[in-house]
Amino acid sequence: MSPENYLHLAALLFTIGACGVLVRRNAIVVFMCVELMLNAGNLALVAFSRMHGNLDGQIMAFFVMVVAAAEVVVGLAIIVMLYRSRHSASVDDASLMKL
Amino acid sequence: MESLIGLLLAPPLLGAAVLLLGGRRLDRVGHWIGTALAATSFAVAVVLFADLLGRDAGDRTLTQHLYSWIPVGGFQADIAFRLDQLSMTFVLLITSVGTLIHLYSVGYMEHDERRRRFFGYLNLFLAAMLLLVLADNYLLLYVGWEGVGLASFLLIGFWQHKPSAATAAKKAFVVNRVGDIGLAIAILVMFTTFGTFAFGEVLPAAAEGGATETTMTLIGLMLLLAACGKSAQVPLQSWLGDAMEGPTPVSALIHAATMVTAGVYLIVRSGAIFEAAPDAQTAVIVVGAVTLIFGAIVGCAKDDIKKALAGSTMSQIGYMMLAAGLGPIGFVFAIMHLVTHGFFKAGLFLGAGSVMHGMNDEVDMRRYGGLRRYMPVTFVTFGLGYLAIIGFPYLSGFFSKDEIIYAAFGRGGAQGWILGGVTLLGAGLTAYYMTRIMILTFFGEKRWQPDAAGNEPHPHESPRTMTIPMIVLAVGSVFAGFLFNLNHAFVDWLSPVTGIAEGDSPVSHLTVSIAATTVMLIGVAIAWLQYGRRPVPDHAPTGRWVTRAARRDLLQDDFNHAAFVLPGNYLTRGLVYVDHKLVDGVVNGTAAAFGGLSGRLRRVQNGYARSYAVSMFGGAALLIAVTLLMRAV
Amino acid sequence: MSTLTALAAETTTSGGEAAQFWILAPIAVAGGLGTVLMRRAVHSALCLAGTMIILALFYLANGAYFLGVVQIVVYTGAVMMLFLFVLMLVGVSAADSLKETLKGQRLLAAACGLGLGILLIAGIGQASVGSFTGLAEANANGNVQGLASLLFTRYVVAFEVTGVLLTIAAVGATLLTHRERIERNKSQREQAEERVRSGEQLPPLPAPGVYARHNAVDIPGLLPDGRPSDLSVNPTLRERGQVREVHEQALADLAAIERRTAEYQGRAVTVTPPRRAGDAAPADTTTGAGDERAHDAERAERDNGRDNGPDAAGEEARR
Repeated sequence: MSPENYLHLAALLFTIGACGVLVRRNAIVVFMCVELMLNAGNLALVAFSRMHGNLDGQIMAFFVMVVAAAEVVVGLAIIVMLYRSRHSASVDDASLMKL
Repeated sequence: MESLIGLLLAPPLLGAAVLLLGGRRLDRVGHWIGTALAATSFAVAVVLFADLLGRDAGDRTLTQHLYSWIPVGGFQADIAFRLDQLSMTFVLLITSVGTLIHLYSVGYMEHDERRRRFFGYLNLFLAAMLLLVLADNYLLLYVGWEGVGLASFLLIGFWQHKPSAATAAKKAFVVNRVGDIGLAIAILVMFTTFGTFAFGEVLPAAAEGGATETTMTLIGLMLLLAACGKSAQVPLQSWLGDAMEGPTPVSALIHAATMVTAGVYLIVRSGAIFEAAPDAQTAVIVVGAVTLIFGAIVGCAKDDIKKALAGSTMSQIGYMMLAAGLGPIGFVFAIMHLVTHGFFKAGLFLGAGSVMHGMNDEVDMRRYGGLRRYMPVTFVTFGLGYLAIIGFPYLSGFFSKDEIIYAAFGRGGAQGWILGGVTLLGAGLTAYYMTRIMILTFFGEKRWQPDAAGNEPHPHESPRTMTIPMIVLAVGSVFAGFLFNLNHAFVDWLSPVTGIAEGDSPVSHLTVSIAATTVMLIGVAIAWLQYGRRPVPDHAPTGRWVTRAARRDLLQDDFNHAAFVLPGNYLTRGLVYVDHKLVDGVVNGTAAAFGGLSGRLRRVQNGYARSYAVSMFGGAALLIAVTLLMRAV
Repeated sequence: MSTLTALAAETTTSGGEAAQFWILAPIAVAGGLGTVLMRRAVHSALCLAGTMIILALFYLANGAYFLGVVQIVVYTGAVMMLFLFVLMLVGVSAADSLKETLKGQRLLAAACGLGLGILLIAGIGQASVGSFTGLAEANANGNVQGLASLLFTRYVVAFEVTGVLLTIAAVGATLLTHRERIERNKSQREQAEERVRSGEQLPPLPAPGVYARHNAVDIPGLLPDGRPSDLSVNPTLRERGQVREVHEQALADLAAIERRTAEYQGRAVTVTPPRRAGDAAPADTTTGAGDERAHDAERAERDNGRDNGPDAAGEEARR
């Protein structure tokens, strides 16, 4: 078993999450895809930690988790706000910058 | 006395300002103000004339320097006046005929609600014309030259509600501009050659050979172009016939007596330049000779009384031009004919105006006939003018025209014979067309017809304000020539300025007079045979091609159209095409390219977060690719 | 657990770990794909939770015990629950549709994803990854102790800052979702008056299943003239298009009962043969598209009925 397997898996999950962000319109699903990407990153970090034989990678992953939690809280609050004012959770509806 | 010169100009200028700016409250007295100011100007002219007569022949040049207009280094343009015998002659002619025509207009324009404005324009014209003849340098002359052009434009188009009048005014303006360009070029060349354009410096320099003959020829030809434009000489003659759309007093004053003779004045004034340029002089003679015949032929064919007289004017100015082109042999006689012509042609036009006044503004002579019983005063004055113009012995035209014919023979050699023949032929034609006008208008049967509105004309004599000027002018027509020739008075008066020379004429004065009178009688006889003995048809017969061409002003408009308008149109169309396709194509193409590009680029900015996310991820992928590539290298 | 621990402690990977990886990794990928491709957000959330749990297992396998537990507790437990709460709050909407509205977005996204994936994998391939060093030494005093000693020494500043960040996030979320009342609450009376003024539905909405010989909530009740009323069904069901049709047979039965009753009582048959609401307005009650029109038709029907229909009588009685 080599670290490459984990890294490949992480890359795959990251790509899937990225595609999801691009394709889905429901803001909540988009958010979930972002979470998927973060998790893929965490997996890579954990794999790196084991690869290098120290815990710094895990610390990084830990911080990522904390920041992700904070982000989720704020993001979901924004979604709720958006839904309240527009009655829609579609990211396409929030396109006021359009010409 | 010098200070009085400015006073000549002041009254009409004041009149123009007051009448044009004064508004409606001057409507009731405006015409009298204008007439009074014109008369004031005439009075000042008489005083100055008396003063000049009191001086020695060599001391009759007065100058008045008002102020320096444009003093820039070597460039000196002054508002300065020069009154010598030549100017004085013109001033007297302009103010006297001008005053009479002002008086005439009071009656003629009585029913026109814009009469005040008309008198304002007339005064403006007087001021500009006086400026033209009094100017001490060519630049100031140019100002007056343009001023009379403007006044002429305003007065031809005075009845601007008629499209024909508006068009005629524009035509006169445009054709005159062609001539004016000539004058402008002449002045510029003059300045580059001599460094000045004051008469007192340019003319002596030209006489002393201060420039090459080529330069002098160029200046001469350009001055001739200017003269052609203003005096309606071939090839710039086309505007004069249409200018008859203006009110008849305008035709009498501007387009017969004064303004159209400005070209002759210019050439006589610039005599020294033409003396130094024989080629230009020959060109003047040719132009004069051609116009003399051209105008006469047109005058023979026209049924419109004013246009027939306009043709006659052209022809008579052709005489003057021819004489002016002969140099000192003819200068004096050109001016003499100019003055006598001013009298009798103004009288004839006023007579024509009087006839129209009584005939509901009908101008077609074929609708006249037998008017002598209804308008005795008009008939007599017109008749006297008629006798004067055809050169009836001892009337004014007889003296001046015979002198010109004699001077033409005086050119000498084959040229002398040709010019003499042309002028004699012109005299015969003059007699023919004037007799035709006379017979058609005043003799024969009544041929009146109701006008378009169904009003039967009731011919009647015109009011006193109109007949008095006619009478005065008729008197002038009868006696002017005789007075001028008394003891060579006119020649002695003018020759110090213009110079005088005796040509080597192969024939004697008496022979010329007899020949001219004979030719005149032949012309009258032919006209009488054609129109006096046979009834005149209501509508003009088709006629031969010469007649038809002459009715169309010898195809002058067609020629102008084909020679200038059509090529101009094609050129413009070509340029427009180039402009649209090439210039606009490049500009629009660039704009469209940028527009299209922006339109496409704009679509990227669609406001959807997901689209932006795509570009973000694309960018991230690109960054990774670059990083990998950098590492691989 | 002990097996996993033992596996992770080893410096070289065992065949067991490989087996675990090859079994769990496809499931994780499938979960990821499910997150992206599922139409309903709830399904997406469940797929994501699955993937996260598998990732937690991978953490454990890689010797990150603390993270593995945190992943399950915090992510799968707290964060995903938060997602589900918000989903419930927001409800279902057209945003769930998988139909792409932006032109070329799918194509570009696919290209980006493909490019990104290829590049990432190429990058991994290019890097000299080598083999695992193993965490035996680092985890000698226990994973949590090791993490803690790092966290509170070398990364203490970051840790504090993260704490501040969390506090700010909490305050921010509260602030964002908090709605300041700038006007007094409307009283019941005012609300009622407003409703009357705007001409909305005044009486209680019809109950589902009534007259339809059926008591299920997803079957519309029948109006007195025998047409099914979509208003009687819960709006959420209508929104989702989950309203069940009233059976043709039921309508016919109803008409027959009415006729027989009339015959029995000896009065004229007043009930018109049952018509489908779709006859008047061709609305498909099972899909959301025609809902609005069906609504309008029904409302008009109600207005008419108010004059002389049994509805009017009922209303009178209610008053």
